[in-house]
Amino acid sequence: MTVTIGPRNHPAYWAFVLHRVSGLALALFLPVHLYVLALAIDDAARLDRFLAWTEGPLVKAAEAGLVVLLAAHMAGGLRLLALEFLPWHEGQKARIAIGAGFAVAVGLAFLLNAF
Amino acid sequence: MDAAPSPEGELTVEIWRGGADGRFRTYRVPRRRNQTVLDAVTYVQRHIDPSLAYRFACRVGVCGSCAMTVNGAPRWTCRTRVERVARRGRVRVAPLRNLPIIRDLAVDMTPFFDKWARAKGHFVPSAAGTQGFAEVAPDSPERRAADAGVECIGCGICYAVCDVVAWNPDYVGPAALNRAWTLVNDVRDGDRAGHLAAAAAGAGCHACHSHQSCAEYCPTGLNPTASIAGLKRMAFVAALKGAP
Ligand code: HEM
Ligand code: SF4
Ligand code: SF4
Ligand code: FES
Repeated sequence: MTVTIGPRNHPAYWAFVLHRVSGLALALFLPVHLYVLALAIDDAARLDRFLAWTEGPLVKAAEAGLVVLLAAHMAGGLRLLALEFLPWHEGQKARIAIGAGFAVAVGLAFLLNAF
Repeated sequence: MDAAPSPEGELTVEIWRGGADGRFRTYRVPRRRNQTVLDAVTYVQRHIDPSLAYRFACRVGVCGSCAMTVNGAPRWTCRTRVERVARRGRVRVAPLRNLPIIRDLAVDMTPFFDKWARAKGHFVPSAAGTQGFAEVAPDSPERRAADAGVECIGCGICYAVCDVVAWNPDYVGPAALNRAWTLVNDVRDGDRAGHLAAAAAGAGCHACHSHQSCAEYCPTGLNPTASIAGLKRMAFVAALKGAP
């Protein structure tokens, strides 16, 4: 039977969705990131031009998004490891909220340093 | 069903008819005070279409046979009041998800209980158990862990709401694993290592992604996610110690 968003609308499920989306986004980003770093060896001038482009505000905003995703994925991953390897803790929803708050805080700290 | 109709008049009930390729049909049911979704379905069967197939027994949240999908979420229909779930006077009732539909609102629970067996969800008597009463301290960690999960009535709500069951039809699911966890912790059981090995095998406890939908929806208030996390932990330690 088709089940809509309905029964999935609870914090632990949203945490799972965010963890999967952020994990996939990071996996897509990583090869691009490594390719750009490799330019330091292959073509330093092109790397410099690229780095100049990344100074733009739009790129900075996109980077902040990636930083938030990485922080959210790390917090979510640590939360899952704690859930599965430590004795059960009743405060699962509080932990999800703390993880989300951590991710947002890391993103804001990045933005403060970026401009 | 003898209470006077409440002033709200009629309820529109959409009910799944047929097998997997069936469709929803719409019925009008008089509203009653404190009416449950099961009451509405029963009204349709008694007064409109006697061929409607559905299950119930106790009507008071004890047997677990009345589980259906109500407005997209799995529920015990006997414990779900219409006034809590109706949206603009409408309720949509479908069979439980993740199980083959027999007809209308009745699903085939065979895969659910087959997986229960696969997870070795039955008590194994020990030789010592035949000697007399087993003494189990009420505050021992094992007793507490077993107690926390033992009230499962096998209704299949958690199995229906679990997306991992939907994505991986081999996954044994929350109820069977929760039962396995109570047996792993049952000091009277003669094969606790066997229960753990069965629960960890194949698409067992390690396939769970800890979505916690099962714990969110279990009407008995059990927490299969916590039981499964316990199994994961214990199976991990057993694997480190070289268990098969
Ligand atoms: C920062 C430290 C990290 C931690 C603590 C962490 C932790 C985890 C954990 C525990 C899982 C299992 C989730 C589950 O059981 O459902 C997972 C899944 C995953 N991770 Fe990470 N991870 C980290 C970094 C990364 C990075 C850098 C990438 C990208 C290359 C990544 C990509 C993924 C993907 C694609 C999944 C699968 C998502 C899913 O099954 O829903 N992770 N991570
Ligand atoms: S916690 Fe595990 S068993 Fe429960 S709904 Fe999620 S995936 Fe399924
Ligand atoms: S764990 Fe809860 S939801 Fe699942 S079968 Fe048992 S009683 Fe039903
Ligand atoms: S009819 Fe028994 S639980 Fe609903």
